[in-house]
Amino acid sequence: MTEPASAPDAASPTAPSGVSRRRLLGAAGAGALAVGAAGVGGYAVGHAAEDPGEPGQSSYAFGGRHQAGIVTPAQDRLHFAAFDVTSESRDDLILLLRAWTAAARAMTSGRPVGEGVPTSYDAPPDDTGEALDLDASGLTLTFGFGPTLFERDGKPRFGLGGKQPAALRELPHFPADKLDPARSNGDLCVQACAHDPQVAVHAIRNLSRIAFGTAAMRWAQLGFGRTSSTSTAQATPRNLFGFKDGTANLKSQDREGVEEFVWVGEGDDPRADWLAGGTYLVARRINMQIETWDRSSLREQEALVGRDREEGAPLSGGTEFTEPDFDLQGREGPLVGLNSHVRLAHPSQNKGVKMLRRGYNFTDGSNALGRLDAGLFFVAFVRDPDVHYIPMQTRLSAQDGLMEYLQHTGSGLWAVPPGVRRRTGFVGDTLFA
Amino acid sequence: MKLVPAAAACAALLIGTTGCSLTESNDPEASGSQGSGTITVDSSADACDLTTTEAPSGNLVFDVKNSGDQVTEFYFYAEDGLRIVGEIENVGPGLSRDLVVRAAPGTYVASCRPGMSGKGIRSDFTVTDSGEDTKITGVEQADIDAATTQYAAYVKDQSSQLVDETTAFVTAYAAGQDERARELYPEARTYWERIETVAESFGDLDPKMDLREADLSPGQEWTGWHRIEKDLWPPASGYTALSTADREKYGQDLLENTKTLDSRVQDLDYTVDQIGNGSKGLLDEVASGKITGEEDIWSHTDLYDFQANVDGARVAYEGLKPLLDVKDPALSQKIQSAFRDLQTSLDQYRQGKDDFVSYDTVTEAQRKELSDRVNALAEPLSKLTGAITL
Repeated sequence: MTEPASAPDAASPTAPSGVSRRRLLGAAGAGALAVGAAGVGGYAVGHAAEDPGEPGQSSYAFGGRHQAGIVTPAQDRLHFAAFDVTSESRDDLILLLRAWTAAARAMTSGRPVGEGVPTSYDAPPDDTGEALDLDASGLTLTFGFGPTLFERDGKPRFGLGGKQPAALRELPHFPADKLDPARSNGDLCVQACAHDPQVAVHAIRNLSRIAFGTAAMRWAQLGFGRTSSTSTAQATPRNLFGFKDGTANLKSQDREGVEEFVWVGEGDDPRADWLAGGTYLVARRINMQIETWDRSSLREQEALVGRDREEGAPLSGGTEFTEPDFDLQGREGPLVGLNSHVRLAHPSQNKGVKMLRRGYNFTDGSNALGRLDAGLFFVAFVRDPDVHYIPMQTRLSAQDGLMEYLQHTGSGLWAVPPGVRRRTGFVGDTLFA
Repeated sequence: MKLVPAAAACAALLIGTTGCSLTESNDPEASGSQGSGTITVDSSADACDLTTTEAPSGNLVFDVKNSGDQVTEFYFYAEDGLRIVGEIENVGPGLSRDLVVRAAPGTYVASCRPGMSGKGIRSDFTVTDSGEDTKITGVEQADIDAATTQYAAYVKDQSSQLVDETTAFVTAYAAGQDERARELYPEARTYWERIETVAESFGDLDPKMDLREADLSPGQEWTGWHRIEKDLWPPASGYTALSTADREKYGQDLLENTKTLDSRVQDLDYTVDQIGNGSKGLLDEVASGKITGEEDIWSHTDLYDFQANVDGARVAYEGLKPLLDVKDPALSQKIQSAFRDLQTSLDQYRQGKDDFVSYDTVTEAQRKELSDRVNALAEPLSKLTGAITL
C-alpha cells in the first residue's frame, strides 16, 4: 500500500450532488478527472468542516479540524466496524491509515476507491463496485483507536505506549451487562454513516478489503433509523420502543456545549496532546426485550420513559422540548417517576453533563428463541468518558426502570483523533508524529 | 429477578388503590367505541369545557386535554355526583389523555379538578339510549371483593411457607449439609417465585435477596439467594468457598430479609388491575430470566422457578376469571387453553412429582418451544387487565 496520488485530495469537500461514481469513472477514463479536480483549486480544509452541514446534504467534507460523522447531522444508516491489527509493524499500521484516508476521501466525495485508475483486465477492480451508480449519499467515515492499539497484555504496541490517553481503557462492567466478547472492543473502529445503506456497507467492505494482511475485522454492526438528532434542523426520531429518543441530545448548533462536552481540549491529558480536537467514541449494543415491552401497558411504558409516547412531552407537561419538572407532584409522587429514564439521564441529575449521541436502531434477525434480536446501537461522543459517560451509565444500569427491558450485549471505547488538516495528512497523523 | 421492580404505578402491586382507575384507557380504538365519537374535554385553570354534554349510550371516549398550568384530573360520576364511573389522574399541563367508559342511559356529572384538589368544576352530562346493551358493565362487586381477598390471602400463605422453607434451607447450608441444601434451594425458591412481582415491588429488599452476580453495581455487596447458590454449585475453577462464618452470615441475612418481606405483605391490599398486571408480570419474568437460563446460572434449577412463576400467574388469573368470563369470555378461554398448553410443555421436563430436570439438559429447540408457549400465553394475558377494568 502506498500513498495515493494527490489529485483526489483536490476534489471539493462538497462534491456537487448527482455526480455519480460511474460518471466520474467514465470521466477518469477520458482523462478529465485531473482537470475537474484542478478546477476546484486545491485541498479545502477548515471552514467547510467547521460547519456541520445540513441534514440530507449529499456529501460532507472529510478533512477539517474535527472528523466528520460526529456533529454532522445524523444520517439514516450506519455500518460500524471494529478491527484488530494483525501486524505488529508500526510502518504497516501507518500505511494502512494512509490507505484508509485516501479511500475515505474518495468515497465520501462519491468517487470510487482507486479513483478509477484503469486496472488490468486480469486484475480485480480496485473498487468493489456496488456503489458505482450512487452518489456520496452523505457518507461520513469516522475512525477511532482502541486501548489495545497502545498496549496489549501489558506490552506497548507500535511504539505508542507513552501516548495512551489516561481515559482510554476498556469500559468497566456495568450492572446487568451481558457482553459478548465477539461484539466488543477492538484496536480500531470505523463508523460509516450514510443516507443509503448500500453506500455505508460499500465503505466498510472496501476499508476491510484494504486492511487485509494488516488488520482484520473483529465485529460489525448495521444500523437503520437514527435514534437521535444531532441538529436542531432534524425531527426527533423514534427508537424501537416507539418513543422519541434524543430530545435532550446535544445539538451541533450548541457550539459552546459541543466545545465543552465533545471535543478534547489542548492540555486535557498531558500524555495525549495528539488527541486535542478529537473525542472519545462510546459504543454499546443494547438489546431490547421487544416482546415483553409490547405486552406492557402504555401506562407502564410512559412511566418508565417519563415522557408521553405521542408527543414526547415530559409527563410533567408541556410539549416535546419543555424541560421536565422533576418536582411536580401527582397522586403518588412526582409525575416524572424517580426511576424514569428521562429523570436519570437528564443533565440536571448528572452534574450538568450533556452528551452527543448518535445511536441507531438495529435488527439482526432473530435469536435462538425466535425473538427479535433488536435494539439500539448506542454511539456517543464525549470529551472524557470518566466524567461524561461512566458515571451516568453506572446510575442508569442500576436504577433506570427501562433496564428491565434492556440488555447490554456489546461494548467499546475508542479515542477519535482530530480531523485530517493537511493535504498529505492521514487519519491519526498527530499520534504518529 | 429483575433489577428494578416493575415500576409503573399500577404494575407495582403494592401501590394503593388511588393510582389505578378502573376505566382509564389509552386505546379507544381497541374498545370498539360503538357510541359517540370522541368528546374533547378542555381542562384549564378555571373551566372544564366539553365539546358536548350529551352522547348516546355505549363506550364514551373523553379526550382530556390539560390547558392549565397545574396537574389536573377528570372524573365522570353517576347522577349522585358521588359514585365514580371513570376517572383519569396525573394529567400534566399541556398533555392529553383518553378516558373510556361504558355508560348506560342516564344522567351523569363530569368534573375537572385542576390542582387535584377540591370538588372540581362540574357539569351535568346526559347519556341517551342508543339501544346498545351496556349491561356488561355490571360485574358483581362480590366477585371483585372475592378476587382481591383471595389474592391477598394467597400471597400471605406463600410468604409464610417461604419463611419456613428458607429457615430449613439456611439451617442445612450453615450446618454444611450441602446435599440437603441443594435439594432445598429450588423448593424454597418456589414460594418466592410464585409471588415474585409482589416481592420485587419492595425495592430495598429485592436487591438484597435475589440479585444475580452479573447485576451487581460497583461496590455493592452480593447477598441473597444467588450468592449462596454459587457457593453450593461452585464453578470448576477460580472460586473460593465461603467459610462457615460467612455461610452463617449470608444465611441469616437472607432469612431476616425474608421475615421482613413476610411482615410487610400482611398489610397489603390489592386491586383487580394490580392482580391482572401481576399475572402478566410473572410471565414476563419467565420470558426474560428463566427461559434464558440466566436466573439460576450455577444450579440450573430454572425450571422450578419457571413453574412457580406460572403457578403464581395462574392463581392470579383464576381469581379474576369470574370477572373476565363476564367481560370477555373469548379472551378468558384463550388464556385458559394457553395455560394448559404451557403446562403440558413444562410437564415433559418433570422428574417424579415435584422435581424438574437440570435446565442445562434442555436443548435450544426445546427452549424455543417453551418460549413460544410463553408468548402464546403472555400475549392474551397482557389484555386481561384492560378487559376487566373497562
